Amino acid sequence: MTAGAGGHKLRTVNLSVFYHRTQALHGISAAFGERLITAIIGPSGCGKTTLLRCLNRMNDHLPGFRLTGEVLLDGQSIYRPGTDLRRLRTVVGMVFQRPNPFPLSVFANVAYGPRVHGVSDRMELWATVERALREVGLWEEMRRRLDRPAPDLPLGQQQLVCLARLLAVRPEVILLDEPCSALDPLATLRIEDLMRRLKCRYTVIIVTHSMRQAARVSDRTIFMLDGRLIEEGPTAAIFTSPRDRRTEDYITGKLG
Amino acid sequence: MRDERPVEMLLGLVALSTTTALVLIAVFIFIEGVPVIARVGPAQFLLGRRWAPDAGSFGIFNMLAGTVWVTVGALCLGVPLGLACAIFLSEVAPRPLARMLKPALELLAAIPSVVYGFMGVVVLVPLVRTTLGGPGFSVLAASAVLAVMILPTITSITYDSLRAVPDSYREGSLALGAGRWQTIAMVLMPAARPGILAGVILGTGRALGETMAVLMVAGNALRAPTSPLDPVRTLTANIALEMGYAQGEHRQALLATGLVLFVVIMAANSVALALSSRRAGEGG
Repeated sequence: MTAGAGGHKLRTVNLSVFYHRTQALHGISAAFGERLITAIIGPSGCGKTTLLRCLNRMNDHLPGFRLTGEVLLDGQSIYRPGTDLRRLRTVVGMVFQRPNPFPLSVFANVAYGPRVHGVSDRMELWATVERALREVGLWEEMRRRLDRPAPDLPLGQQQLVCLARLLAVRPEVILLDEPCSALDPLATLRIEDLMRRLKCRYTVIIVTHSMRQAARVSDRTIFMLDGRLIEEGPTAAIFTSPRDRRTEDYITGKLG
Repeated sequence: MRDERPVEMLLGLVALSTTTALVLIAVFIFIEGVPVIARVGPAQFLLGRRWAPDAGSFGIFNMLAGTVWVTVGALCLGVPLGLACAIFLSEVAPRPLARMLKPALELLAAIPSVVYGFMGVVVLVPLVRTTLGGPGFSVLAASAVLAVMILPTITSITYDSLRAVPDSYREGSLALGAGRWQTIAMVLMPAARPGILAGVILGTGRALGETMAVLMVAGNALRAPTSPLDPVRTLTANIALEMGYAQGEHRQALLATGLVLFVVIMAANSVALALSSRRAGEGG
């Protein structure tokens, strides 16, 4: 699949989201560069998770959800009628805030995606599981424990298994919803290292409440407040010379 | 300040008396039942094919086989139906509809069993007789009636176990591009399995113990069935039919039959209890 205009893998155009009468997002126009890490920061309740979940339509089934505007993946609207949700979600995959491995073995977790997309060949599944676990740097630790129930692992490893489970379906975009908020500092570092390696091949978008994490790993940063996009730019610029007063207040700790 | 001890003691006494009732029943059945089993011999009692109380032959094999036939039949019909109902209510139906349907389904459990038996005699038995042949009073009729009776148990426990599966599993699966049915079959059902098993076992206990409805539609012939269309007598039906006039050893033999049922159902319920508490322990 080719990149959209200007090297942007994903774009939102004047995106507004409502839950019943409440408006959660106000006319967000943001671009997410291909093979870059884009961080979305902002105080709790600013709509950053809502924005992230719009990008692979994980909000669709929430009660009262309504959306105006566009989300473009490679220039194509993902909300147009007839969009294949299953295909969209293999292209744009998601890792959640709390590690959510299924109550199955490590192997069955990582093989889950390929299986639901019709792969049943044992050898092919093994190869995919090995590749995905190698990609997240878990193969050496896990190769002899593939039959262990994944929920029994430490949280950090659980999150890596969830990431491997996602990589096994060969996505192009990886959405990370505060992936480290349940993890200890060492596990957090491990995930951050991994993100830097992943961006060679994937477009990564991370929602984080940790400004230091955004500064450490991201190439571009989007700052949101009360459902609005306040400022967007290269991470270094946002953190050293924010143009908007509110951005400055937030990153210097006066806000939120 | 009021002294709360009398109330506490009263409540404690009430709680204790229910447990005491269970123990007393168990003790009574054992004391009454064990001598006959000992005299006839456990193997002869369980596997003997001749039940002739007047002649002093007490073999319950035919009724035991009847109970097994009827119960297995009820499970074959009731479990798929119950699981389907639970999956529909929990995963497919819109929430308001599920909130209306589930209590209605649970009301099935509130219908007296004699009414089920009545419906069986009036509707099911003639239906079986005219469409499939045989006397109509049969394993099949009894199993079908029982299937409906155990439906609320199986459905409601399966439903609760499915609702107890964290939404993060559903989201995780959907986010990988899985379809709704794949999510149900490959993630939700395995996650809910201990609870589902517990529901099935409780349903089995109910089917084993049900008496009146089965008695009314099963035909109660004293031989082991060879086809689902054969009439059949279950252990419970046998007790209910004969207890009214039984004397002496015959009476004790019926109580021994009750003992067999008691042990089987207690075992089933204990397994169910262990399974559901294991599920609670897994949470988090």
